[in-house]
Amino acid sequence: MSDTPPAAHTRRGFPMKPRLPRTPAAVAGAVLVAAMIMLAVAGPPIWGASAERIDAAAILQGASAAHPLGTDSLGRDLLARVLVAGRFSLALALAATLIGGLAGIVLGALPSVLPGRPARLITGTVNALVAFPGLLLAMFTAVVSGLGARGAVLGIGVAIAPGFARLTQTLAATVAGSDYVSAARMLGVSRRRILTGHVLPNIAEPLILQLTQALGGALLGLAGMSFLGLGVQPPSFDWGRLLYDGFARIYVTPEVALGPAAAIALAGIGFNLLGDAMAKAAARTAAGGKASDTAVPPDPGEPNPGAVLEVRDLTVAFPGGVTPVRGLSLTIAPGEIVGLVGESGSGKSLTAAAIGGLVPYPGTVAYGRLLLGGRDVATLSGKALGTTLAMVFQDPMASLNPALRVGGQLAEVARVHQGAGRAEANRRAVDRLGHVHLPDPAARARQHPHELSGGMRQRAVIAMGLMATPRLIIADEPTTALDVTVQRQILRLLREVTEESGAAALFITHDIAVVGELCDRVMVMYAGRVVEELPVSRLAAEAAHPYTRALIASLPDMATDRDKPLASIPGRQPAPSEVGPGCAFADRCALATARCSAERPPLIPYGEAGRVACWEVK
Amino acid sequence: MIIEDLTVRFGAFTAVDRVTLEIPPGRIVGLVGESGSGKSSLARAVSGLVPYTGRIDGARNVQMVFQDPYASLDPRMTVGESVGEGVRRDRAGRRAEVERLLGLVSLPAGLAGRYPRELSGGQRQRVAIARALGAAPDLLVADEITSALDVSVQGAVLNLVRSLRDELGLSMLFISHNLAVVRYVSDVVAVMHQGRVVESGPTERVVGEPAHDYTRALLEAVPRLT
Repeated sequence: MSDTPPAAHTRRGFPMKPRLPRTPAAVAGAVLVAAMIMLAVAGPPIWGASAERIDAAAILQGASAAHPLGTDSLGRDLLARVLVAGRFSLALALAATLIGGLAGIVLGALPSVLPGRPARLITGTVNALVAFPGLLLAMFTAVVSGLGARGAVLGIGVAIAPGFARLTQTLAATVAGSDYVSAARMLGVSRRRILTGHVLPNIAEPLILQLTQALGGALLGLAGMSFLGLGVQPPSFDWGRLLYDGFARIYVTPEVALGPAAAIALAGIGFNLLGDAMAKAAARTAAGGKASDTAVPPDPGEPNPGAVLEVRDLTVAFPGGVTPVRGLSLTIAPGEIVGLVGESGSGKSLTAAAIGGLVPYPGTVAYGRLLLGGRDVATLSGKALGTTLAMVFQDPMASLNPALRVGGQLAEVARVHQGAGRAEANRRAVDRLGHVHLPDPAARARQHPHELSGGMRQRAVIAMGLMATPRLIIADEPTTALDVTVQRQILRLLREVTEESGAAALFITHDIAVVGELCDRVMVMYAGRVVEELPVSRLAAEAAHPYTRALIASLPDMATDRDKPLASIPGRQPAPSEVGPGCAFADRCALATARCSAERPPLIPYGEAGRVACWEVK
Repeated sequence: MIIEDLTVRFGAFTAVDRVTLEIPPGRIVGLVGESGSGKSSLARAVSGLVPYTGRIDGARNVQMVFQDPYASLDPRMTVGESVGEGVRRDRAGRRAEVERLLGLVSLPAGLAGRYPRELSGGQRQRVAIARALGAAPDLLVADEITSALDVSVQGAVLNLVRSLRDELGLSMLFISHNLAVVRYVSDVVAVMHQGRVVESGPTERVVGEPAHDYTRALLEAVPRLT
């Protein structure tokens, strides 16, 4: 095993430690908790003596200058007592939380180490306890184990434990089902080692967050127990006990009860706010900081009147200098199918999202021109965009509402966008479903998405796009989740649909072989830019860019020589934040020269109807 | 090793239906089929991850490499810890063995101290292969190990798979939905459809003269550039 410390930096340059967000709630929580800790440390040494000083002359007084919160039945100053009680209250809460947390984590983790029957017994017990009201459980335990601080702490601990056990169980079950635990089992790693090596480290973070919040709860619970007389007994005192004593006098001198009540409330709120903020910080991974640099795109020149889609200098940027799409231009003529090919992270899907106005927050889109059917996309209404543009995504299940019937979802398009009546919309939905060759469309329309196969669902999504008369169909990896035989059918359908309606299509895929089946023209993307563009008929033999050629060479097909090693490209594509000034492919390119890494080659015309961005292509 | 009459049932559903398949020593058997054909269930049964009926002879130590290299490595473990998991040696011996295993999959020894998040998909998949090799398996099951990878690194992983067979004499069950990939790495191809092996034989024969209709349909559907 290696002892080398992990590299301090991360690949994408994101800070790995989650940091507390600077929201007012987080700051308030942190300040309150810090104040409580200071109070617990400094309270007793400073105010201990005055809290215990009995003064027969000042019994049961209300607020005064000498005693801002009044005095108790022995004339002791209540403000001093509240300040001193902080340490005891917090210590009890901490003890209860630790007892409950520890018991819960052990109970929750045991089922993953024990054999079947005892594991089921523990799971069943935990389930029963979770259903049992917590405070009742706490009171029962406290009464059984004897009145006093010990009983109260045990009681609250027992009340907290089932929740922790359930959380641990759920989290552990997720980790236990992961591939790396399967791998460890196959390697013969013991159940105990799997628990300590794999499961616990991966669930520690949410459990620690839960502990912080439980601390706030325990504090309130213990105060409640003391208030009910089940907790701390005199002469000891915590905030709950002070509240109990003060409560009897609340109609005469309310301030004596308000002091401890405020302390309890502030501490409880503080721990809950801090726990909340920590949980949010842990869930958040995005990098903050540096604003995105969206340069003003150059003048795009005259628009092309015949194009269905014309994009000039499209840039998509995210905060932190992350620019996944960099000055991309493309034009699609009516009836044309253009393939946009690239590896994951090349920016191809964000290009599609930008055209459809779907770039997620906090991404920003800038362009010199983005015309759909001759009109700027930004000026199109949602309705106009919805009828001119149809989008098909990789996962048809994500495009269909699982709770609604397929036909109804299609009909909704006609009713919203075309103002059709219910009967007319339904008729059209069935017609469109038949149009994409769904067998027995009327019956399919009455089914829910989960009753259809993956291929049928994708057909239904395409049919949904055809409810209007789209000028452009954007298909983002529409066949990646499908089997090859179904993929072929869907590709045929897309071809048929475009030929029939005259719509153009932008087909996005990572699989350059699929492009050959469907498209007229192909654009190859690398690190946010188009590096080559050419007619599909020339792709296999005449691709010029070293990246395109390497992609084609590394793809095994049915004619690949099985005795020779496959071509592969060394290194990896730079992340959207790492792209330098030169050619992004230079590091991996066999032809690269000093000029390539210093100066970016422009995309210039090359060969017949092609363009390429490479200094070395002559 | 030989798989005989292997059946996997999930409740009333039969995922693998009396499959018999031989994996000759030092050979790669490619298992191809579409989603739901039962190929992953067969892989998990052979690896001992799901209960089955039938017999598996001649492979006591089976290791598996999974599809998604982002999910198959513990994010809290360094590469060295993951690779060393199956190595039963003392500290120094384990360290040397991890270095050797990383070398086998063409990764620099310096990667041992890194965490999976610092690695690319292709590198992670190599780490997963090295981890499996650490247990000195009689059989390595590779379940769609290149389908989550980009095309540009897929070639390198396929080359690695072949070199492991040639250099270590490793027997392998190589599962993929991609017929071109299976054809490239396998000595023997078995075609699975609806839980059954409908055709199997030497790669050139199955690809060149498919006997079963389903195999022909699969072959026809392979996308071609030209």
